[in-house]
Amino acid sequence: MKTQRRSGLTTVLSRYGSLGVLFVITLAMALANKSFLTVPNLINVARQVSINTIISAGMTFIIITAGIDLSVGSLVALSSCVAMIIIQATGSSLLGISAGILVGGAAGAFNGAFVAMAGIPPFIATLAGLTIYRGIALIITGGTPIIRFEGGFLTLGQGLVLGIPVPVIIMVVVVVLMDFLLTRTAFGAHIYSVGGNEEASRLSGIKVGKVKFLVYVTGGMLTALAGMVLMGRLSSAQPNTGEGFELDAIAAVILGGTSLMGGRGTIWGTMIGAFIIGILNNGFNLMAVDAHFQLVAKGVIILLAVLLDRYLKRKRD
Amino acid sequence: MSDSSENKLADNDGLGTPKGASGSPAGLPAGLSVEGISKGFPGVQALDDVSFSLRKGEVHAILGENGAGKSTLLKILSGALQPDSGRIMLDGHEVQLKDPRAASEAGVATIYQELSLVPWLSVAHNLFLGREWMVGRFVMSPKKLRKKASEVFSTLGLSLDPNALAGNLGMAEQQLVEISRAFSRNARFILMDEPTASLTETEIKLLFGKIETLKKAGVGILYISHRLEEISLIADRVTVMRDGKSVYSGPAGELSLPELISRMVGRSIGNHYPKEAASPGELLLEANDGVSGAGGILLTLRRGEVVGLAGLVGAGRTEWARKAFGADPDPEIRLRIGGTEVSVSSPRQARDLGMGMVPENRKDHGLISGRSVLHNITITILDWLSRFGIVDRRRQSAVSAEYIEKLSIKCPSDSVDIATLSGGNQQKAVLAKWLARRGNIIILDEPTRGIDVGAKLEMYQQMNALCREGKGIILISSDLPELLSMSDRLYVMHERRFVASLSREEASQEQVLGYASGLTESQILQNGSGRV
Repeated sequence: MKTQRRSGLTTVLSRYGSLGVLFVITLAMALANKSFLTVPNLINVARQVSINTIISAGMTFIIITAGIDLSVGSLVALSSCVAMIIIQATGSSLLGISAGILVGGAAGAFNGAFVAMAGIPPFIATLAGLTIYRGIALIITGGTPIIRFEGGFLTLGQGLVLGIPVPVIIMVVVVVLMDFLLTRTAFGAHIYSVGGNEEASRLSGIKVGKVKFLVYVTGGMLTALAGMVLMGRLSSAQPNTGEGFELDAIAAVILGGTSLMGGRGTIWGTMIGAFIIGILNNGFNLMAVDAHFQLVAKGVIILLAVLLDRYLKRKRD
Repeated sequence: MSDSSENKLADNDGLGTPKGASGSPAGLPAGLSVEGISKGFPGVQALDDVSFSLRKGEVHAILGENGAGKSTLLKILSGALQPDSGRIMLDGHEVQLKDPRAASEAGVATIYQELSLVPWLSVAHNLFLGREWMVGRFVMSPKKLRKKASEVFSTLGLSLDPNALAGNLGMAEQQLVEISRAFSRNARFILMDEPTASLTETEIKLLFGKIETLKKAGVGILYISHRLEEISLIADRVTVMRDGKSVYSGPAGELSLPELISRMVGRSIGNHYPKEAASPGELLLEANDGVSGAGGILLTLRRGEVVGLAGLVGAGRTEWARKAFGADPDPEIRLRIGGTEVSVSSPRQARDLGMGMVPENRKDHGLISGRSVLHNITITILDWLSRFGIVDRRRQSAVSAEYIEKLSIKCPSDSVDIATLSGGNQQKAVLAKWLARRGNIIILDEPTRGIDVGAKLEMYQQMNALCREGKGIILISSDLPELLSMSDRLYVMHERRFVASLSREEASQEQVLGYASGLTESQILQNGSGRV
């Protein structure tokens, strides 16, 4: 009854609004700097973006359930520190990486338990996680970075397969897998339902608590995976790393069109959002824009992009 | 006498000028009245040429079934709604009450069922909320605030603590604070909507005492209540509304309670209801009300029948349904399904027992807005549709298409946002998800609320179809003719209990309303014989 004809352009823009923003920003950067639109630089951008995208994919799940995870930055540090300590002790990268990802899952379970079972608002529960995980990372390392230049784990951050950086491959696999989970499985449908209307979902027989718990576990494991990539790239685990990662992840998710109110969002959108941020960073650096100015510009562009998205959505509805 | 006490309060407190407190100009009737008021909403004529008057110093009760137009009239008098036509008169002069503030300035205060105190502020603070200037220009001295509040309370003979947090008070005390607030604003007319709905017996006595005080002070009180027994205790005059019309108005005591009830009912049933004769099969469900204990009436439901749940707003029908369905688990409510006795602890368990519920609040509890029609229909059966967690999209579309056709859900495609559908089609989609789950026990809570006549008819036909398939339906509806017409049997609830079990043949509107109002069997029968 309420459906009306809408102009084709508006539909396309509203569905792929973030893609439009990405295109405009890429174009602007290419015009401003000749070295931007070159294959080596684009591969570089993809590698820079990979860590944020992997974290943001998990964050997307969480935000679609109308939750949030502020602890991801600290968890990157904690998981990589645990992994490195085990690699140092055993010499086995596989063992260390497994342990790191396990720590991510456990931390996610910790967040999820407080959110899903104790009913603590996600903002609070994961804010607590943010300081706890950072604290543990500092305790177990004594506050100093652990550096190591040998081991298979380095491949995760520095390896190349057919000229493509391994982090980029991991990112693509994560995005494809997470999109499949979200759009093709019962779990994905439940995630959308819980975010769309929690009470109606509960009354439909969905185990709302279990769904929420699982998205935090998934998010924790992906964050830890990102931690492993970072560890490989830096050849070290640093207890102070990852500060502010949660903000970049949330920004990517929002730029990708996911609603903070829950119920809406896509993994592909999030990837586009992560690239928008990554290209801004990369382009500004190429243009040698002052770092302090970059912060301001980034914030303004994020605001404008979200305003545009909201405007298009209102037009659609 | 009455004027002087009102003036006294106003003078002592300096709470503004006692507007009109000295009565009306000679020759004009003192009071608040409406003449020929009509008000329509899409699909309903809520008020149809209603005239009504509230005099100074009287308690005037308005009676009527759910949906008779009482609340609409109250909202018009309180400025919350504007009439389509007709006049509102105050002391013989026509007035416009364009919003609640205008009504308040004209001396009309309203006390709604949901109280409107700020829980984290003190009683005294609440009393002067929005009128802090009465206590101090910029700085509110707590001492002065307390003193002013105490003055108001002592005038009304109340012993309320001005320092207490409003949220810590019981319902009755909160109501008294609201009454005090209205009184301290020199309200000359106080409109009360179901003031006793959540009060205990003693609290009701206290409230009635205060109403007497207000009456003596010359305040006119409009009183809406579902509790008929209160009317004789408190009302001076009674007006009965039915189908948006005022059908009776007279002094209290002129008519007996059963006679009043017979005025309240009598909506024409006509043939809007295509109910097919049922042939009840095996027993599906037996349930208690969770309150009456052993010996209480049990609700039974058989295959192929519709069992109605009647009761006034607040009788606890929706609450019972939600508890029985496990939405608000209550171990006291026991169900017997397929020979085993259970107390349902979650909607998921209810689902696995073959139950389904179409909730009263479609938007908040039924729909998953922003998701597609397909998603909404298949949300209950994703486990059946998936292998290793991966949803078989082809089967999902097939199921969705099957129910879209079966229930003739009108939508451009199954991928549109469910929120874009009309109310009736949304409702059908909510029903579809339980049919897809092959539920046998379907609870329909106000299934036709807010949907148009055509969609209602379709809903009734669906109910017939479900009965033919051997499902059992528990129907909750505040529309009495609908309930009587569509149910094979019905249970009446009063104060959370099943108080009567009636067959389709024996149930009359008078009888149902009598039980729902808390009358006993003998009171109801007495009337039956008296009228013949």
